[in-house]
Amino acid sequence: MTRRALPLAIAVGLLLLPLAFIEPRVYLTLTIAGLAMGMLIFLVASGLTLIFGLMDVLNFAHGALFSWGAYVGFSVFLTLNRQLGWADSPSVGLNALLLLAAIAATMLVAVALGVLLERIIVRPVYGQHMFQILITLGATIVMEELIRIGWGPNDQVMPVPFSFQGSWDVADVIVLRFPIVAIVVGALVYAAIAFVLARTRVGLIVRAGVESGEMIQALGHNIYRYFTGVFAAGAALAGLGGLMWAIFSQSVRPGMGGEQLIFAFIVVIIGGLGSVTGSLLGALLVGLSYNYVAFLLPKAAIGVNMAIMVLILLLRPSGLFGGGK
Amino acid sequence: MPAEALLELEDVHTYIGQHHILQGVSMAIRRDTVTVLLGRNGAGKTTTMRTIVGLLRPARGAIRFEGRPIHGRPPYEIVRLGIGFVPEGQGIFTTLTVDENLRVARLGTEAESREREGQLLALFPDLERFRHARAGTLSGGQKQMLSIARAFVNPNRLLLIDEPSKGLAPIIIEHLVEALRAMKRHATVLLVEQNFAMAQALADDFYLIDDGRTVQRGPMASLVADAALKKKYLGI
Repeated sequence: MTRRALPLAIAVGLLLLPLAFIEPRVYLTLTIAGLAMGMLIFLVASGLTLIFGLMDVLNFAHGALFSWGAYVGFSVFLTLNRQLGWADSPSVGLNALLLLAAIAATMLVAVALGVLLERIIVRPVYGQHMFQILITLGATIVMEELIRIGWGPNDQVMPVPFSFQGSWDVADVIVLRFPIVAIVVGALVYAAIAFVLARTRVGLIVRAGVESGEMIQALGHNIYRYFTGVFAAGAALAGLGGLMWAIFSQSVRPGMGGEQLIFAFIVVIIGGLGSVTGSLLGALLVGLSYNYVAFLLPKAAIGVNMAIMVLILLLRPSGLFGGGK
Repeated sequence: MPAEALLELEDVHTYIGQHHILQGVSMAIRRDTVTVLLGRNGAGKTTTMRTIVGLLRPARGAIRFEGRPIHGRPPYEIVRLGIGFVPEGQGIFTTLTVDENLRVARLGTEAESREREGQLLALFPDLERFRHARAGTLSGGQKQMLSIARAFVNPNRLLLIDEPSKGLAPIIIEHLVEALRAMKRHATVLLVEQNFAMAQALADDFYLIDDGRTVQRGPMASLVADAALKKKYLGI
């Protein structure tokens, strides 16, 4: 079996397996929910895998960037809804405009935070994994406390734009609306990352840098500039993931990023460090299996992701698309 | 410094961790020549190359390229002055294609680089044949050709080539010697090489390095004729 055929075979097998135990209409509903969850996890994991792959940095503050993204989006939603009524409006255009405004604000703030984190916190500890873990965990605590100071310590309800609420009934299959939006956003983000990596000079240098940062420098490229860029892009994706997850779960809370970070790390390891395509496939595996198992055996839902990770690492220690760096 | 020296090292000391590897390396590389750096395993040849290109920072001493100090500067700045580096073990990107390996090295305009790439691909026809194949699938000799070609994509005035013949079959080494002969018409070359026959075929000058110090220098012909020196420092 070829290198690419094995992960695809695993994916298709896992996708169809639950049909043996679940009624087809419920299966389709769960599949859409699983794909949406997978795409949301992918938004977080894609940044994490690029940061680890290129910079060899274990960024535990990625979860805090996720939380900040959720809260910035929450503020934009509240403000624009109070002032202009864009969330409560039945207009699809105004609802979409609200989402786009929140995405822009979230990603801008996350990029700024990412640049500050990379320059001040991460740069002094390049190449020192233990210090990276400690200092980024410290940054997480500070960033979450700042959220508690700014927005309060309690869970808050995220207003969901009117057009994204409820569901469609398609041939007796219940299709929730926002998960479809999440799937589209995730697919667009994957296409954008894949385009940049495959078709642009920056992408070429980043791919080469994932393999050998030292050699990239010896070819005349300032790797640190790319480190900052990739860290900022990863932060933006984490922020976007936070916003989308907040709408998906209809709530925000300061520690929400930490919970998603566990899924994101599982996905990065399953997909192979540094591989964005691996992260997409890993995220979809995690999202789908979580939903199927949560329906069949609710108590085993989180455990199944660990089981998948262990199984894949036993078969391919470098992950589905890992280069064995 | 000799008037025609392109690269000069003056009492360079480099540490790797706690280990004092270079303990006083001094060299002056003449323009438009091939200089070979010889020495036993562990003498400090690769460390010298990595120090010149900035991958290791010298603790003491000076390195000048065309009269300008370059020690302490980051590698990407040093390389952009006109220095190409072919590391030991090739350093090619195995997940990229041959074409992408060449493109990632381009620092000038696409038109300039394309013209040079055309010359290189004529010199290394295998690279043209496997242009869209992943570099990781090439043979050892083809990987070495790619690594050398990549250092030549830009109009570099100095090429640092570290052990290009390592692990290659004799027939491939012959091809490599021909290619390097063609390249020496366009750039000054500093070569680290364990294969004495290859060094003899290419080099104009030599430096001998032992325990991190330069211990002997001169025209290559004088080393070829000095059996005692070869026996003492190279064991041949």
